Amino acid sequence: MDVLVCVKRVPMVGGKVVITADGQDVDTRMSGFTVSPHEECAVEEAVQVSEREGGSVTVLTLGPPEAADQLRDMLALGAHRGVLLETDGREWGPIATAAAIVAAVGELAPATFPLILAGNEAADTGGYQVAIRVAHALGRPCATGIKRLELSGGTVRATREYRGAQEVFEIPLPAVVTVKEGINLPRYPSLPGRLRAKRADITVLRPQWQVDDLRKQALRVPPGAARRAQILGHGAAAVPALLDVLGEFGVLPTAVRDGGDGAAA
Amino acid sequence: MSEIPDRASAVIIGAGIVGNSLAYHLARLGWTELVLVDKGPMPNPGGSTGHASNFIFPIEYSKMMMELTRDSTEQYKELGVFTESGGIEVARTQARMQELRRRCSQAKSWGIPAEMLTPERVRKLVPYLDESVILGGAYFPTVGVVDSLRAGTLMRERAQQLDALTVLAGAEVVGIDKSDDGRVAAVRTTKGDIATDVVAICCGVWSPRIARMAGARIPLTPIVHQMISVGPIALFDGTEGEIAYPIVRDVDENMYERQHGGDMEVGSYAHRPMIVSSDDIPSIEEAVLSPTEMPFTQDDFDPQLELALELMPELLGDERAGVRYAINGLISMTPDGHPVLGETPEVPGLWSVAASWIKEGAGIGRAVAEWMSGVTPEIDIHEADISRFYRHQRTTAHVTGRAAEGFNKMYGIVHPNEQWESGRPVRVSPAYERERALGAVFYETAGWERPHWYESNAGLLEKYADRLLDRPSEWESRWWSPIINAEHLAMRDAAGLFDLSAFAVIDVTGAGALQAVQQIAVAQMRVPIGRVVYTSFLDEAGGFRADLTIMRLGPRHFRVVTGGATGMMDYKWITDHLPADGSAAATDVTSAWTTFGLWGPRARDILGRVTADDITNEGFPFGTCREIELAGLTVLASRISYVGELGWELYAPIEQGAKLWDTLAEAGQPAGLVPAGIGVYGTTGRLEKGYRAYGAELDASYNLVEAGMTRPKVKEQDFVGKTAYLRQRDAPPTAVLCTLTVDDHVSESGELRYMLGGEPILSDRGEPLIDARGRRSYVTSAGSGPSVGKHLLLSYLPPEQAVAGTPLTVEYMGEQYPVTVAVAGSTPLFDPANERVRS
Repeated sequence: MDVLVCVKRVPMVGGKVVITADGQDVDTRMSGFTVSPHEECAVEEAVQVSEREGGSVTVLTLGPPEAADQLRDMLALGAHRGVLLETDGREWGPIATAAAIVAAVGELAPATFPLILAGNEAADTGGYQVAIRVAHALGRPCATGIKRLELSGGTVRATREYRGAQEVFEIPLPAVVTVKEGINLPRYPSLPGRLRAKRADITVLRPQWQVDDLRKQALRVPPGAARRAQILGHGAAAVPALLDVLGEFGVLPTAVRDGGDGAAA
Repeated sequence: MSEIPDRASAVIIGAGIVGNSLAYHLARLGWTELVLVDKGPMPNPGGSTGHASNFIFPIEYSKMMMELTRDSTEQYKELGVFTESGGIEVARTQARMQELRRRCSQAKSWGIPAEMLTPERVRKLVPYLDESVILGGAYFPTVGVVDSLRAGTLMRERAQQLDALTVLAGAEVVGIDKSDDGRVAAVRTTKGDIATDVVAICCGVWSPRIARMAGARIPLTPIVHQMISVGPIALFDGTEGEIAYPIVRDVDENMYERQHGGDMEVGSYAHRPMIVSSDDIPSIEEAVLSPTEMPFTQDDFDPQLELALELMPELLGDERAGVRYAINGLISMTPDGHPVLGETPEVPGLWSVAASWIKEGAGIGRAVAEWMSGVTPEIDIHEADISRFYRHQRTTAHVTGRAAEGFNKMYGIVHPNEQWESGRPVRVSPAYERERALGAVFYETAGWERPHWYESNAGLLEKYADRLLDRPSEWESRWWSPIINAEHLAMRDAAGLFDLSAFAVIDVTGAGALQAVQQIAVAQMRVPIGRVVYTSFLDEAGGFRADLTIMRLGPRHFRVVTGGATGMMDYKWITDHLPADGSAAATDVTSAWTTFGLWGPRARDILGRVTADDITNEGFPFGTCREIELAGLTVLASRISYVGELGWELYAPIEQGAKLWDTLAEAGQPAGLVPAGIGVYGTTGRLEKGYRAYGAELDASYNLVEAGMTRPKVKEQDFVGKTAYLRQRDAPPTAVLCTLTVDDHVSESGELRYMLGGEPILSDRGEPLIDARGRRSYVTSAGSGPSVGKHLLLSYLPPEQAVAGTPLTVEYMGEQYPVTVAVAGSTPLFDPANERVRS
């Protein structure tokens, strides 16, 4: 089964986002770039599918020439082929991005990619829509926010959580699925994987830029919600309060949570 | 949670390994009301300590670093945070094999266990290493790793348990205030201000930024050092603790591999130098991991991935082992590779304790705490003194240029005479262009371009063909020329003209000038005007601090002349010890004077052609100085000699230097005067005369008695180190500085080999010589003695061996060569009665 995974090159950020002086970009001088976390899980999922079922994984991204780095990172995880839709670095809106991806899928024929994976949303723009637009243009069903994927025959069983309940979708292939972090734990690249990725050929296509409904004006960091640290106490006296907090997180064994004094734990 | 105190006896900024160690040692020495601040959280505030690779190899290129490492290791062991693992430096090239043999021999000088291994034996210790890739290795069994964060925590807690220390985490320093007299007065932080008159900057990569707040400079730069961690490693599954296999340094590829629990950590010094400014380090909030763990640049590490795979194919080639951590880590680098320690010259009370590795961290904390407490540090740390830098060496361009140049040499094979290139030339003598025209090969000292020898003297090679002590082996002929020895012989036959403009010249003037020099010099300074005194400065413990000459030029005028390499440190020592009443001043007049040396049996003839002044032996005795008219110039002539010949140092105003050079060169032509370089002045001349050099045989670990430099009486006036010196004179010496000759240079393979310094001196049966204070004998200086036809070595020996005629051995590159004690003590080997000098 040949899987296509769409990823995006996004800035890495620490606890505080710094904007460039012209207000147009995230300042990445001290942080660099990476693939969005949901998308990295999508690649891992695709690689696991190929390991189970056979077939190949193609990773595709729309971005500047440097985005090839992100493709190679994904190749190092076990993807087989990289495709760069090369831009001049300017921001592409979701409609134009989706259109470029659809066109590329056509150009990559005879590969048909019964399964197209993406992340639920990109870490920087958070548009939530490129994969849905791609699915619509290709006439495919689309399930989003998926935390579990199972393939059998020509069907994909996609599960997600919604308000404490599980929603399970059974979708016929070909399909588009967007996944969320937590669906798996992406592997780290091995040394041989990295070296293979470095030597791999990347297919480069050059889509035409289109004007989009959504255009970036500027970036602004809103005043953050004040991070409050609550001091639970000092030394052994802090244990009861600590147990309360751990109980709220639901990580205490029942016996501890329900009874006994702190000393019993 | 700590309340911020409004005063402190000292504020220590930075809670990395150095700050924590300093806090502990100050507390141990009795300081109370200490405050340690860091903008980050404990135990890992986010500096270089937090991501350090934490391993310690005991062997170093410098005695100071070796001693600091040894002391630190003892401290880490006592804290219970040291795990011995052993370490192996592997060689992929023959050149490296030679270097490893050299290092193993040198390890003997310091009592560090070391042995050469075949590839098979390396494989036995490191089963995952492909031995077909290497030619062998050097094994250091006492190598180990440190839990540096735990070490810091324990040291900090000890200080707190002594009730001596308040710790303020999450407090960022935003300013350092000074009082009207320029001394530190307060540290301002985001959590409040602390009044203090002592501040210690232990900020690692941030140090230059913090120092600038007070108007001081700390010459270091942050630089990237890449490292990755690969795991889980199947083989390491059974390891208890942090490490079970020896650390491997793949030195030819500038890499290391060390086990860390279930991972293999691979580090590299092979990538392009990536310099980051202290001002560009991300804040804790901005950083993805921590401020000193910057995002990994993949491309810079890829060649190292291949090399690591080549060395450890199955272990690192396992597809199930992933790179689960990869950073461009930030570390500190200085222009000369040594730490930057001491009170800043610009701001009294502001101390720099920066640019330390984990392996020196604990020891540096101790040494600086001693220093701050007014105690002479037990370890001689003068090579790390912040005051060593000249102003041009503190510029960003110089610091970053040298750091970039030095970075890829981290594991390099660095020849002891190897020269820096970046930033040169900076300081040139007025005779520079003449010297270039004469084919001078310039070596740099203190930024000065000094001719080491002159290619134009190549014609002398034929004249002295059978006395050149030529060196056929590549290593010791590197950064050397037989022309040096030819110049030496020509000087002893006729005369040599030396450019000594790199001397640091410091005038001490004022009503208190005599007092100023009297209280730091060992020698009597109440001398007639026109006397030149050769003397040492001692520290309070009676160890050597400086070795130089002082001329009395007037009732209130003394001129100190010292080597360029120590000029700035000697200047600080003088100024620090000036009389408190301000009655004396010290002025650096180096850039006002140029100095040439004219020495040899024809020196008087030559000088006599250009001066009508009385320069006879009776009229101008040895050890005196005066102004003379020399052609159309007035020149200060000083009759002393570091090469052991008749002659003078000649001082002219710098703008007249070229004229002085030309005048002397022309006058000397008919007499056979040759330009001669520092190869002669700094090595061959002085070794034949047994003249000692500060930094080689003279350092804080030895004293005047052991060095054979005592005078019959000690002056009645007080001076720094007098009490210790008197005690030393009363006791029999535990070591004696001797001159040795090499009897046989032929190696096992039939090559002639010549030692360069640092080699261990052993008994004639190859056993180490250790004196009653535990110090081992090693070569402090080595070089040709062309006039005596021997290769000469200086070494301290225990008294039993310090007898002329005693046969001993020197170990060089793993082989032992017979040597003989030629002189026990300071009697010159050449012209022992000093007839030439006093003629």
